[in-house]
Amino acid sequence: MAAMGALLKFGALLLAAVAACVAWEDGDVWDYDGHKLKDSDFLALWPLPQKVQSSAVSFQLSASRFQFTHAEGSSAGSDCSILQNAFRRYFDYIFGFTKKDRDQRRRNAAGSEVLELQVAITSPDAECDGFPSLTSDESYELSVDQPSAVLKAPKVWGALRGLETFSQLVYEDAYGARNINKTGVSDFPRFAHRGVLLDSSRHYLPLKVILANLEAMAMNKYNVFHWHISDDQSFPYVSRMFPDLSQKGSYHPYTHVYTPADVKMVIEFARMRGIRVIAEFDTPGHTQSWGFGQKDLLTPCYTGSSPSGTYGPVNPILNTTYDFMAGFFKEISTVFPDAYVHLGGDEVDFSCWKSNPDIQKFMDQQGFGKDYSKLESFYIQRLLDIVSSTDKGYMVWQEVFDNGVKLKSDALIHVWIWYQGGGYKAELARVTAAGYTALVSAPWYLNIMSYGQDWQTYYKEDIQDFNGTDAQKKLVIGGEACLWGEYVDASNLTPRLWPRASAVAERLWSDQGVRDISDAYVRLVQHRCRMVERGIPAEPLFTGYCRHEYSGV
Amino acid sequence: MSSRCNLRFLIPGLALLLGGVPSVLAVWPQPQQIRNSAERYSLSARAFLFKHADVSAVRSGCDVLDQAFTRYFTLIFPESGGGAHNRYFWTEADPFTVEVNVAEGPCDGYPAEGSIENYKLTVSPGQAVLTSVTVWGALRGLESLSQLVEQDDYGAYYINKTEIEDFPRFQFRGLLLDTSRHYLPLQAILKTLDAMAYSKLNVFHWHIVDDPSFPYQSRKYPDLSKKGAYHPFTHIYTQTDVRRVIEHARLRGIRVLAEFDSPGHTQSWGNGQPSLLTPCYRGDVPSGTYGPVNPILDSTYVFMANLLKEVTSVFPDSYIHLGGDEVDFSCWKSNPDIKAFMKKMGFGSDFTKLESFYMQNIVNISTMLNRSSVVWQDVFDYHEINRPRYVVEVWKWGCYLCEVRRVTKAGLKVILASPWYLDLPGPTHDWARYYNVRPLAFKGTEEQKKLVIGGEVCMWGEYVDATNLSPRLWPRACAAAERLWSDEVQTSSVDQAFPRLTDFRCRLLRRGIQAEPLYVGHCKNEYQGI
Repeated sequence: MAAMGALLKFGALLLAAVAACVAWEDGDVWDYDGHKLKDSDFLALWPLPQKVQSSAVSFQLSASRFQFTHAEGSSAGSDCSILQNAFRRYFDYIFGFTKKDRDQRRRNAAGSEVLELQVAITSPDAECDGFPSLTSDESYELSVDQPSAVLKAPKVWGALRGLETFSQLVYEDAYGARNINKTGVSDFPRFAHRGVLLDSSRHYLPLKVILANLEAMAMNKYNVFHWHISDDQSFPYVSRMFPDLSQKGSYHPYTHVYTPADVKMVIEFARMRGIRVIAEFDTPGHTQSWGFGQKDLLTPCYTGSSPSGTYGPVNPILNTTYDFMAGFFKEISTVFPDAYVHLGGDEVDFSCWKSNPDIQKFMDQQGFGKDYSKLESFYIQRLLDIVSSTDKGYMVWQEVFDNGVKLKSDALIHVWIWYQGGGYKAELARVTAAGYTALVSAPWYLNIMSYGQDWQTYYKEDIQDFNGTDAQKKLVIGGEACLWGEYVDASNLTPRLWPRASAVAERLWSDQGVRDISDAYVRLVQHRCRMVERGIPAEPLFTGYCRHEYSGV
Repeated sequence: MSSRCNLRFLIPGLALLLGGVPSVLAVWPQPQQIRNSAERYSLSARAFLFKHADVSAVRSGCDVLDQAFTRYFTLIFPESGGGAHNRYFWTEADPFTVEVNVAEGPCDGYPAEGSIENYKLTVSPGQAVLTSVTVWGALRGLESLSQLVEQDDYGAYYINKTEIEDFPRFQFRGLLLDTSRHYLPLQAILKTLDAMAYSKLNVFHWHIVDDPSFPYQSRKYPDLSKKGAYHPFTHIYTQTDVRRVIEHARLRGIRVLAEFDSPGHTQSWGNGQPSLLTPCYRGDVPSGTYGPVNPILDSTYVFMANLLKEVTSVFPDSYIHLGGDEVDFSCWKSNPDIKAFMKKMGFGSDFTKLESFYMQNIVNISTMLNRSSVVWQDVFDYHEINRPRYVVEVWKWGCYLCEVRRVTKAGLKVILASPWYLDLPGPTHDWARYYNVRPLAFKGTEEQKKLVIGGEVCMWGEYVDATNLSPRLWPRACAAAERLWSDEVQTSSVDQAFPRLTDFRCRLLRRGIQAEPLYVGHCKNEYQGI
């Protein structure tokens, strides 16, 4: 171990060397033993693993000889499609466009080459055919040495994270050859739920864009794709039971929809990368587009004593509403395998309900008085019962909790309001004090833009830094970066999301003590160039360049 | 959770958006005079013809028009690719001819200051007649024509009976790209030129070098890019690249205005040209860092004269941009030789005099090379005496019209950039901010107003490279383009512009320009990349 240098705990010390991408920065960087690092010592790991031991001893990797193998005794083998696909993907990332090395004789001194990465899944059930879940074990241990590197993980999910790390350890030397340093990594996520929300209702997002961003999510060790699939503006989800919803409620019934095959493809593509797909069908507000294909679902608004011809939120007083919801969510529970479904529940506008005489009568009958949040609770309550009967857990936006709706103990409260109620941290204190599990998006609305390096503000947030007991803090299980779609579609989504969402990714994965902005800058600059090289148009952090610029113009 | 804070930006057009975007009969930027009628004529890709009028001074063989015909045919009929081989036509299509009549040649020249871009377009049964003074005017007319063509529900192409009489309000309608903070691959520049032509912008201001990198590969001083570019082979513009940009621009009626900014913003020059920059001092000893160009050495002016001589032989435009902005005096102040020179010249401790001295020499060089100089407003602001003739680009915020007034009062021409710094991202709905600019709303004589020759959209590169350039430029730059081309009274309403611009943005997408959305909604053909 002596040769491997000091243990770098939590990576608080500088791991990265001079950034090739920051020409203006004269950044001589020193390693943990006080030695100046060479250009070849690049280590731009992102997000930073929990523990890394690194040394200056380097090995080569040959495109014609290097192999991924299943270690002896691994519970996963060549029939594990998740790993087989990952091997191909990471081989491509590592060796890029390098041509096959025809000259087999060109070799370094014996023993300076990593010939294989042995992947060992250590628990009896590798979960090769399963879906990732909130409780999936994503930990892994990686040891890079010659002639074999070894990646050990209890489940395939950890192996996927480890493969990403392994690929990030590989660098090009001055001759373009692939190198990797002798390294040990022991890693696990700080938070179990690390998500990205995309909104496919305000603008339709072509499948290709969703898949490319799942790819980028995997590069950043994200594990949840929160699919805000429908909203006021359009209903692109093609329902088998209620085809009229998209037929009449999408921007276009054929070109701007997600067919069952599309949805399946997204889920499988995500599964291959250890990413859960949580669908959100937001009700009772945010549902204008539902009304086109489902008669009587929305509340008719009134002007004076006659219907005005416009519609409000879902009509909570009709039995037909609940029959529809029962049928609809039964379908959803079979289409989306994840144990959670997001039910929305945010921003309900009461003015239409107030105008409707039938609703008023119902309010009187129920003894709700003039308190329309009670009516909202009444609706949500019944909806939650319906969803519970499909054996799904649910996530809801924080208003549902704020309005005092009775929730199951495993309900996930999604905290998003930053501008009132004492800020999101006060809300976190309230939610966790009530014993609920919470998820945070408030500081990470990436659709809001400002000039300069706003990634730094995302990076500095600590979502466990609120007034509460340790037990309360444990109830915060993660967060999501949200990219709402009012001003975003395929034309600008990817550069707006990356690398800004990468900042959030590290906050959610790495240790709480990883907070050094200048170290993060150097690593993130390289990480963004790596994403660009892998075909993701991630925008620059600041002046500088990448060796391989984005070529997809 | 997302939209409440945005609701106040809801625009009257929302009802339309929810029902799908209807096609708006419109041209962007709005022509000076346009009369549409409901009468429409079908167009068939198989029976559509561009031809030169018998009396036209320009005939086939004119590459600007020949290439424009090819280009606009594809833009008008985007789905006709390979259609020539399709033999399953049962009906004979009605022929439609676009007759182009250009009064004056030549067509092998470059668009220039004062090029006349006026045109007249009449669409009637079976034909369109396009009349212009120059080929550049014809290009503007072809662009308008292409925007008049729509597809009905069956996908069939048609054009409405229309009469347009059009000319630009300002002759200088520019767009600045910064290829120093980040290198922009050639493809990104060419694509930007395409989109500029769609918005009738006519000057590409190429801020080609700056502190971080020097990507221009000089014939005379190859070390400048060899040592000053991010990478000496992959991150440079070769002479061939530059010629390609100029030609691509020329074919679209776009001037290329090169900027070699000095004496500040020149850190990258120093790597390849020793002793060009001022050595900074700490106390009595050089600190090892460098400041602006050293204005006291003869060698500096020899170098600048040679470089600018080369630049003027490469870039044909009669304008050259000499920069002159944001000069930091601290390094000059620290240098004992500079201080001695200041004393000798009687500048006292007023370093703006030294800057003026330098700029005057550079402007003289450019004048000797037969070029009109453009400078950033700083140069104008420094000194009132001995101002050489130059065009002033106003870029600072605050009361920019006050500055415009001062400059025009001094009898100098103005290019206005202050309100159009598009690199400040902001949410997309700020396009209205770029639209609601009134460049001539200052107190001044008619003569003064004529001196405002136009304006320019700036896309500085600190946070912009090929990954995000296009969506950040378009369609926000289109708002400025209309302000610079169209009549201000006719185009004063943001609400009326919104549906037209929404429509135009979808057209840009259809043409492969990665233009971002203005608000919720959809395009028939969404962007197909990632």
